[in-house]
Amino acid sequence: MRTPVAHGSLRRRLLMSLLASAALLAVVVYFVVQSVARQVAQDSQDNVLTASALSILDSARLSNGEISIDLPYSALSMLDSLSDERVFYAIRLERVFLSGYADLPSAAAGRDAPNTPAYLSTPFLGEEVRLATVRRRVSTDQGQRFLEVSVAQTLSGQKQALARISRSAMAIGAGFFLLSVILAGIIARSAIRPLDRLTASVSRRGPKDLRPVAAPVPSEMVPLVSSLNSFMRRLKQSLLRSEDFIAEAAHRVRTPLAVVRTKAEVVERTSTDPETRKAVRDMIRAIDDSSRTAGQLLDHAMVTFRLDQLTGEEINLHRLVADTVERMRPTTELKDITLTATGKTALGKAALDTAFGNATDTDAAFIMGDPILVQNALHNLLDNAVKYAPAGADVDVTLKRMSLDNGQYARVSVSDTGPGFGDADLGLLPKRFARGANTQAIVGSGLGLTIAKEVVEAHGGRLQIANSQGGGACVSLLFPLSC
Amino acid sequence: MRQFALSLILLIAVSWFPAGTLAFEAEEEAWFGPEDSAQVLRIISTADIAFIAPMITSFLSAEPDSAIHYTVAGSTEVQRAIVDEGAGFDVVISSAMDLQTKLANDGWASPHLSEVTSTLPPWAVWNDMLFAFTQEPAAIVVSTTGLNGLPLPQTRNDLINLLRQHPEVFRGRTGTYDVRQSGLGYLFATQDARASEVYWRLTEVMGGLDARLYCCSSHMIDAVKSGELLIAYNVLGSYAINRDDRDEFAIILPEDFTTVMLRTALITRNAPSPELSRRFIDHLLAASHGSSAIPLTHPALDLDRVDPSLNRIQVGPGLLVFLDQLKRRSFLSEWASAMFQN
Repeated sequence: MRTPVAHGSLRRRLLMSLLASAALLAVVVYFVVQSVARQVAQDSQDNVLTASALSILDSARLSNGEISIDLPYSALSMLDSLSDERVFYAIRLERVFLSGYADLPSAAAGRDAPNTPAYLSTPFLGEEVRLATVRRRVSTDQGQRFLEVSVAQTLSGQKQALARISRSAMAIGAGFFLLSVILAGIIARSAIRPLDRLTASVSRRGPKDLRPVAAPVPSEMVPLVSSLNSFMRRLKQSLLRSEDFIAEAAHRVRTPLAVVRTKAEVVERTSTDPETRKAVRDMIRAIDDSSRTAGQLLDHAMVTFRLDQLTGEEINLHRLVADTVERMRPTTELKDITLTATGKTALGKAALDTAFGNATDTDAAFIMGDPILVQNALHNLLDNAVKYAPAGADVDVTLKRMSLDNGQYARVSVSDTGPGFGDADLGLLPKRFARGANTQAIVGSGLGLTIAKEVVEAHGGRLQIANSQGGGACVSLLFPLSC
Repeated sequence: MRQFALSLILLIAVSWFPAGTLAFEAEEEAWFGPEDSAQVLRIISTADIAFIAPMITSFLSAEPDSAIHYTVAGSTEVQRAIVDEGAGFDVVISSAMDLQTKLANDGWASPHLSEVTSTLPPWAVWNDMLFAFTQEPAAIVVSTTGLNGLPLPQTRNDLINLLRQHPEVFRGRTGTYDVRQSGLGYLFATQDARASEVYWRLTEVMGGLDARLYCCSSHMIDAVKSGELLIAYNVLGSYAINRDDRDEFAIILPEDFTTVMLRTALITRNAPSPELSRRFIDHLLAASHGSSAIPLTHPALDLDRVDPSLNRIQVGPGLLVFLDQLKRRSFLSEWASAMFQN
């Protein structure tokens, strides 16, 4: 089977997209926090500057028509209280400079709004400063005038605060990203889980299980699952059609073959020419072969059909084995083969009945399954044994309970004293139409082991093939016990 | 002591230098170290040469290839030299804290960060530009003989009570700075006024007793010594205690609060020898602060004794307030109305 070519990974792609968006968001968070912090720092600085300017403005007194300003000590020292800052101020009456730094610009220049503070960021005396200007109307000798106070401050404290906040913002962004990485991992895993579940449920199926997938799937996967279902339906139909075709063909062939065989026997009996008789005997052998193959093909088709609708009823394996053995006995007697059934409980019919009447029998083996299929499988094994074993050989059927791989199994073994499987690869034998290396002389289709294997596997068991130690073949069916 | 011979102190009269190159008024100039040195540190200072000389010689012993050109000028002249004339000085040392602060605030100083500056107490450094290296208290100097057994005042209230109880003794015999003329007197007065209302009461009492006004601490001490004054208020304690005749008067650090002036140094913005300047400042600060300090001020001036009431003048923009012309005018008029009651 060709491995599908993998191109990319959904999980990785999902993870990458999530991580990329998380990284983007982390960067955005960083910048947003920083810009908000910058705004807050700016606002608080503006507030302090305004307070300082207002305290200067409030200290202005009018005496004898002249403005006197008793600059409060705190007006300038408050600007320096948290971090060392250079501080500048200017007091003006309208455009006339009264005191302070004459070159200090006014933030309210060209503005008419008298009472709201105005702010300005500007370089002054070699450093970037923030400047606030407030105004008040005062009465002088020349009438109403604006007294204007501007206070400016360097930004070293604000820069320190911003550097601190920038570090915090960086930490927040990194933490956010880290959290997103964890969440992205979880999300990617859970998003892919339905796909994993579907994969698991499809690959868990047996080779013959072509039922549609019925488990609910996410809506995105519905098209995939319905194509899969429809593909499986078509596959199943096509399989059924070919099985039907084979069964039909076998059936059609078997009846005329019986007629031809009868005619051939008549010819064999009536002919006196030894050449003709030999040719007819060969013919009969070939016809037997074909008719047997057709029969087994029919069996196989039946098995396939029943496996599709496998019923689960409780089977008494002892009784079933005993019945099958008894049914086989006339054939074995014809060929002078001794067929024995052994086990902890004798498998003879009478013995079985006795044993069955006894409810305390600990060796009673019950399995769940289709009795007709199980019988057919066992029959095929016995048929093979009788067919390949030479006259006078022994065929022994045993039933045992055993535990294997932590499970309780019933083991039905058919062993013979025939030639065995030779050097054939034992694993290949149950394949359809595969036959052992030493079977040319015997009529056979190569379907018997296939049927047995399919049946036992459909029941959750397994088929074991081995050569017996003293020569001869040993084939075992292992069924899991129902109780 | 060859080293010492090399760093022979050359005291040269002002007139020796070509006149006219420096428009500001220098009082004294001195050259320390080898005459032909390539590295010269130019210091302009308000401190006397004798006061600073130990610091300079100790610095030059570690820097034998360097020389120091030291110029002494009044505090306003120092200001003019830097701001108006841009004279090429590396380091400015001044006791006028307000003017120093204004220099730094107006961008004439360059920041300096080093291991030494990082260990300074917060009050001794402003904006990495202005560094304090002395603590010099304002003291009350009393003539011990002239008091005739009257108790020595330990606080300003003591002083006020003493003056009030014996007006006939003290009339015309108390003295203080004329704050209109002396920058240091103005600084002490404004800080006293900021610290306590008691300053104004004291000024009124002194004004009522026809207090005499002086330009400088030395004159006040001389007046106390000569018996012209009984009590001088706000005398620079470090100056008083450095005098050889200090046994002839009592130096009192007021217990209610002692105003402390910090002498500060800064490196100018365009110092011709910035590296040497930094080394000098570090040397100056290392020698002035910490446990192993060798302060320039007299060891007897034990500030630890008055520590809880120590009122260090805070370096910072608050000092600019009293430089404001409007503020100065209103303060001086208030002072004058308290001092001159007739």
